[in-house]
Amino acid sequence: MTLPAFELVQPRSLRDAIDALAAAPGMEPIAGGTSLLVDLRGGRVKAETLLDLGRIDELRAITTDSHELILGAMATIADVLKSPAVAEHAPLLVEACRLFASPLVRNRATIAGNLAYASPAADAAPPLLALDAVVELRSVRGRRQVALAEFFKGVRKTARKPDELLVGIHIPRAVPGALSAYRKLGLRKADSVSVASVATRVVVDMAGRCQAARIALGAVAPVPLRVAKAEAALTRHGLTVEVAADAAKLAAEATSPIDDVRGTAAYRRRVTETLVKRALLELVEKGGDGR
Amino acid sequence: MSRASEKPTLTGESRSSVRPGRVVRLTVNGRTHEVTLPAHRTLLEALRDLGYVDVKNGCEKGDCGACAVLLDGKVVNSCLVLAWQAEGAAITTNAGLGTVDRPHPIQEAFADAGAVQCGYCTPGMVLAAKALLDENPNPSEAEIREAISGNLCRCTGYGQIVEAIQLAASRLQAGRLAVAAMPTASRAGERAAPCGALTQEGDASRLPGSRDQILRPGGDRR
Repeated sequence: MTLPAFELVQPRSLRDAIDALAAAPGMEPIAGGTSLLVDLRGGRVKAETLLDLGRIDELRAITTDSHELILGAMATIADVLKSPAVAEHAPLLVEACRLFASPLVRNRATIAGNLAYASPAADAAPPLLALDAVVELRSVRGRRQVALAEFFKGVRKTARKPDELLVGIHIPRAVPGALSAYRKLGLRKADSVSVASVATRVVVDMAGRCQAARIALGAVAPVPLRVAKAEAALTRHGLTVEVAADAAKLAAEATSPIDDVRGTAAYRRRVTETLVKRALLELVEKGGDGR
Repeated sequence: MSRASEKPTLTGESRSSVRPGRVVRLTVNGRTHEVTLPAHRTLLEALRDLGYVDVKNGCEKGDCGACAVLLDGKVVNSCLVLAWQAEGAAITTNAGLGTVDRPHPIQEAFADAGAVQCGYCTPGMVLAAKALLDENPNPSEAEIREAISGNLCRCTGYGQIVEAIQLAASRLQAGRLAVAAMPTASRAGERAAPCGALTQEGDASRLPGSRDQILRPGGDRR
């Protein structure tokens, strides 16, 4: 089945891309296309014109500066898996990317596209939420940064305005004492859409106290979300086996899952608790000795 | 940006005839083609129309890997790449790796290991294996299974495919140690090319023997 007809604009610079979007804000940006083309073919998304970001070299880079790691909008999942900078500053994202779709898809799909497409099951979202990522949006009106937690507005809805382009993702550099763990449940080991996914990160100080905690969930609510109550349990009561169990319960309570082909709402809530508990127990094991 | 300012038209294939597209240069297996294609034509469709029918149309959703090609050495689903996006890239199909007379060691290993049944997944499997072995010449079984996790096979149960890739890895390793010892050409006549090494319609008639026909996924027009 052929794709519905559309036009394709292929700017070679970010400036041209932003100008093009300003002139025709209805354009649909296409990065890797691994979700968009499937949905265009299935009729779930309509677009007259696609804005191809693939020829904009300046969007490819993964860079670091004194305080953050920056993923360009065209950085693919495969790029992330190969990047020493991401391995150093965002190991949680690397862990998630290893379980992201299939190797073929990973060579095209981008982190930015995964976020901008705003599927509830976007696998890059929970780790980036747990890493306090910020997305950078650009338009002819200027640039602004939006915390990822404020970026997701609903199923396939984001804070991006039609004339804005998601140009990069900013992640704070790793801090000493940071520990992270990721869990994903799919219906098969590889190349699966998440039934539920969990990204956890804590910062443990020299005395073994939990200074900061992040627990983010995917595929169990209209948007990928952080669960503040569960995080507070860890910072208040410490990173222990008992608190892990409590936090897991609180996390499951914060979900609002749906029934779909991959599982029922009740099942998702149940496995969320299990996945959070397992991830946190991994953190207890890694950091429980006070290092 | 003149395209962006064009008046919108209805979507749908019925209107695509009014969109003439543009001339795109596609470099496939070292050969450059100039073809006029509309923007919504996928690389998969463009390749098959050019006669590269070893690239299979499976799911058109990026799930099955039957349409895999190498794009500048990286394995991708050609159903999820627009032909315009592939301009300037080196596109390699399974047929670009070897021919019936001179099969690639990976293709030969697939035949030797019995990794081909209906053959529909084979070109994609071979390319996934090529991408893996280019980066990791000595993969573990787990790494092989991971590398082909985006390529579905409904016949073999994957066991023989994994064995084929292990066999190819060891032969390629041996070949690197003794380059001159690779006996591909002399042995090619004894077995079928498993992997759609031929691309043009009608080539099937040149191959004698039913085994060849069974093992030649490249010769059909599915």
